[in-house]
Amino acid sequence: MGITKARCFLKRLKDLVKRTKTPWLSDHLCWGSVDGRYTHDLLPMPYTLEAAAKTAQKIRDVRDYLEVPIAVENVSSYAEFHVSEMTEWEFLNEVVERADCGILLDVNNIYVSSQNHSFNPFDYVNSVPAERVAQIHIAGHSKYEKYILDTHDHPVIDPVWKLYDRAIQRVGHTATLLEWDDSIPTFREVHNEALKANRFLAKSVLARAV
Amino acid sequence: MNLLTLQRTMAKAVMHPLTNSEHMSKHAPGGEPMSQHAAKFIKPNDRLTSFERLEIYNRQYWWRLMSSLAEDFPGLQAVLGNRRFEALCKAYLVARPSRSFTLRNLGHDLELWLKKNPQWAGSNQAIALDMVRLEWADIEAFDGAAYEPLQPADIAKSAGGNLRLTLQPYVRLLKFQYPVDALVLEIKKFNNDTEFLSNTFRERRKRKQVSAVAKLKRKTIFLAVHRVDYSVYFRRMTAEEYGLLVAIQKGKTLGQAIDATFSKHSKTFAADLEQVTAWFQNWSNLGWFCAPPAKSAKARKIRERRSAKK
Repeated sequence: MGITKARCFLKRLKDLVKRTKTPWLSDHLCWGSVDGRYTHDLLPMPYTLEAAAKTAQKIRDVRDYLEVPIAVENVSSYAEFHVSEMTEWEFLNEVVERADCGILLDVNNIYVSSQNHSFNPFDYVNSVPAERVAQIHIAGHSKYEKYILDTHDHPVIDPVWKLYDRAIQRVGHTATLLEWDDSIPTFREVHNEALKANRFLAKSVLARAV
Repeated sequence: MNLLTLQRTMAKAVMHPLTNSEHMSKHAPGGEPMSQHAAKFIKPNDRLTSFERLEIYNRQYWWRLMSSLAEDFPGLQAVLGNRRFEALCKAYLVARPSRSFTLRNLGHDLELWLKKNPQWAGSNQAIALDMVRLEWADIEAFDGAAYEPLQPADIAKSAGGNLRLTLQPYVRLLKFQYPVDALVLEIKKFNNDTEFLSNTFRERRKRKQVSAVAKLKRKTIFLAVHRVDYSVYFRRMTAEEYGLLVAIQKGKTLGQAIDATFSKHSKTFAADLEQVTAWFQNWSNLGWFCAPPAKSAKARKIRERRSAKK
């Protein structure tokens, strides 16, 4: 986004934040445009120190201007870059520490990327600084022969619930959002799927009480 | 490769047109084999080559943007047919890649681009252009800004030849060479009705739609595209009604607008007084006149202050 366009966008966003009394904002940890041209996609970051520093600076600038805390959400990805110097979770940690911001942890995205890039998704969940997690996202996805796409059009599968369980054990009772925005079934079906999260949330409350 | 170079390289490849079979091109934008180009910056894995991993993003880009244009311009698609519509969209997106963060603005330049490149519309250029203007107006009317509407009493209070009225930004006034509004309404109805119907039935209805386009006879129409309760409506108008509203929209005083409109149509205002009064009544009831934005914001702040005190 050009500087003028970005300022104009941020001004409108600030007006909206004030009008709606938004307590904090989140956006994806990714990029989607360059030189003013938009791909309308969540493209993966190269996991480099240069990218971490630049991203963290932008997060701080936006937070200072909007005057609300920011959280960044991990995305699903289908490609990795040769230039990457670290794992995705190391990159996430680098960014949030430098920016001193929150994390919107999408456990389905962690699962999708783990299958596409052959890593252990629990390593990711276990490495996230728990105190920074502001919200958790869960979703369904589509499995193809050689990769998985984050499509938000299916129920949450068991391996993702297991990751969610682990995330809740680490971060405690946390606001959770089920994303289902394509091939949407009845409200009852979506609602029942979302309510499944309560099993894990209740367990975490019990564990803390003991 | 630094961050900016990588972003430029990746974006250029992602936005590179797909082949006719909807696969990634075998050649990169610079002419180099795409497999070599992709391997320079994308890692392969045990299941996918660098080319195949890049192709996932390349296809998603084109499918997402093409389906967005198809959703926004179903009338244009019906006028041109699927194949010509797809070719037009591809050419448009290559010439005018998105410069907005939102897909809502993807068709912003389509009318201008099509005027300069009419060959993409084949033999239906005039209908296609009318259709693009109408469908873009539909988008603008749906989410255009709305300011505090003036009540009929407010207008009556300050009525006089020097009064300047402001039209709501979401009201779009358009003149067409073809009655494309009827076609769009037919398509909208078709899309709503056939959501759960079989392919055979959809195809039959689609053929009917194509023949409706073919039968569309040239006829000048004047239209207001506007919004009521979050739904967009098309309202046909006479040439005089349209002329009067356009003059008001351009900032002319009421007196100037009436003079310009009625002298153009060689009519006398006195003879049509009843008609003009009825129009104004109707426009006011629809909330088309508003306080200018600055006054609107002031009015909102006063209301907010008052409600806070309560």
